[in-house]
Amino acid sequence: MPLLDVQNLRVAFHTRNGVVRAVTGVSLSVEKGQTVGIVGESGSGKSVTCYSMLGLIPMPPGRIEGGTANFDGVDLLKMSRAELRAIRGRRISMIFQDPMTSLNPYMRVGDQVMEPLRIHEGLCKAEALPKAIAALAEVGIKNPEERVRQYPHEFSGGMRQRVMIAMSMITRPELLIADEPTTALDVTIQKQVLDLIKERQRALGSAVILITHDLAVVSEVCDYVNVMYAGRLVESAPVGELFRNPRHAYTRSLMRSIPALQPKGGTLYTIPGMPPDLAKLGPGCAFRVRNAENGYLCLTDRDPEIIEIAPGHRVQNCPGCLERGNA
Amino acid sequence: MLRFTVSRLLQAIVVVFAVFTLTFFMVRLAPGDPLATEKAIHPDVKRSLQERYHLDKSLPEQYALTLKSYFAGDLGPSMKHQGMWNAKIISDSWPVSLTIGLMALIIAVAIGIPAGVIAAVRRNTWVDNSAMSMALLGICLPGFVMGPLLIALFGIKLRWFNVGGWYEATDWVLPAATMGIIYAAYIARLTRGGMLEILNQDFIRTARAKGVPELKIVTHHALRGGLIPVVAYLGPALAGITTGSFIIETIYNLPGLGSHFVNAAVNKDYTLVLATTVLFATLLVFVNFFTDILVAWLNPKVRLT
Repeated sequence: MPLLDVQNLRVAFHTRNGVVRAVTGVSLSVEKGQTVGIVGESGSGKSVTCYSMLGLIPMPPGRIEGGTANFDGVDLLKMSRAELRAIRGRRISMIFQDPMTSLNPYMRVGDQVMEPLRIHEGLCKAEALPKAIAALAEVGIKNPEERVRQYPHEFSGGMRQRVMIAMSMITRPELLIADEPTTALDVTIQKQVLDLIKERQRALGSAVILITHDLAVVSEVCDYVNVMYAGRLVESAPVGELFRNPRHAYTRSLMRSIPALQPKGGTLYTIPGMPPDLAKLGPGCAFRVRNAENGYLCLTDRDPEIIEIAPGHRVQNCPGCLERGNA
Repeated sequence: MLRFTVSRLLQAIVVVFAVFTLTFFMVRLAPGDPLATEKAIHPDVKRSLQERYHLDKSLPEQYALTLKSYFAGDLGPSMKHQGMWNAKIISDSWPVSLTIGLMALIIAVAIGIPAGVIAAVRRNTWVDNSAMSMALLGICLPGFVMGPLLIALFGIKLRWFNVGGWYEATDWVLPAATMGIIYAAYIARLTRGGMLEILNQDFIRTARAKGVPELKIVTHHALRGGLIPVVAYLGPALAGITTGSFIIETIYNLPGLGSHFVNAAVNKDYTLVLATTVLFATLLVFVNFFTDILVAWLNPKVRLT
């Protein structure tokens, strides 16, 4: 049984400008100790997928319209707020994109790091403090005894992300959701933070969901990849399989867009157009208008279904996107 | 901290001195004359009065004499209140204003901050809407409307309090309530704004992701930052509210300091205008100093230099 098994998750935001279908029929699963990537452009629904399972989207306007999310056999979507709160920060933790704004500037770092222990394990300050110091030491922060008394603005961006990692892992969670943990960091720091997440993951045996738009990061750390576009999964496969044999036109376009793989001096390849407005999305393949290969073949009358074309390799069944074009 | 205190003290001296100088010359620039009366007075009497208040001397001489007496702690005699010293006028009336002002402030904070916090937490619900409508009403209703309304209800109809005057131990209640409700409305709106800004920050999402209960998110994670605009407003407001309000004192017939600010200026009571203005400036500078310390304590990013 997978640690987390999401089936057919649907999330919508009911706004003044119409219903935004942020997540439509997403299914994914995470095995114990596995690292699963969710890749996609901004607004493709990768964060909302994870936030909605944990009750972290504002409701209203957000609404979970269907699906299940079984975590260790229990459906997160059916839990009460108190039950979910008992899981958040204890069995499922999160780290976020921007370490500059994700820590509370008005609280000492130590108080923030030990907060999960105090809430979930009922430890008093004196009991939690040595653990917080140890946790900071484990993520490579020097002089943790002094650093616990400091405020976030006294830390650099990379150090703050280390604090976030220490804070999220202090309760030894079974699942860590990392929402673009390296996007806001310098390239040199990115590698260190990724290595640190992997190292902590190995030490604690946690599973990781890595939300990112950086395919290089995915290829480096993930076991399994889900590609999202316009609120739907377009393709999911084990990482090696996906990079060897991308079947969907969107996945292929994403890979063509990796700057390092393109000839030097040439114009960088970008996917034409913009992601569609999720409030105005009609039926049919959402990638149709941007598909430079052979979008004229894409489905227009009905949404493409997900089919399994190889063991563990699923893709949206749209003729225009599956057919390898010559563009 | 020591450097901060010393530098702010020096600043305070400069500010108060500037206020003193400006006020001294500006009251004398205004048309009219403190000794002008409807009845004609004998030239000898007028001359002796001018002598008593140094009005016969040149402006620089008057200025030097007044400055000297202020340094000696002497605020001089009032020009309009016969035989009264300004220091005595202030020490008689200020306690009244101070009592009412502090009580009004307590009422304002006790109503305004909880109302603002609840409105922010329950934003865009009926709770928020009704709290903010009440606040808007409180801001829009001037003291000279609110005061008589409270008098009509609690003074005349229910007879819980005196309708005015300063005789019994409960006489502060109605004037303090009138001022307090108006300030509570401002504070509620400021608190709501400050809390909303903080509650939309990323670190509140982090706290939720850690499983922090909603109430603790408000009290532990949001309140400290959310109250900074309120504290920054309350500092200067404290100086204004504790030196009395002309309107409130007129409505409730109170012997407070607020009416002296207005009456002294109308009466061309040069020395009393100067004394009350310098007092207010000193108080304001003092209160701002403490506000800055409090804001620095609330916000660890602020350094006192």
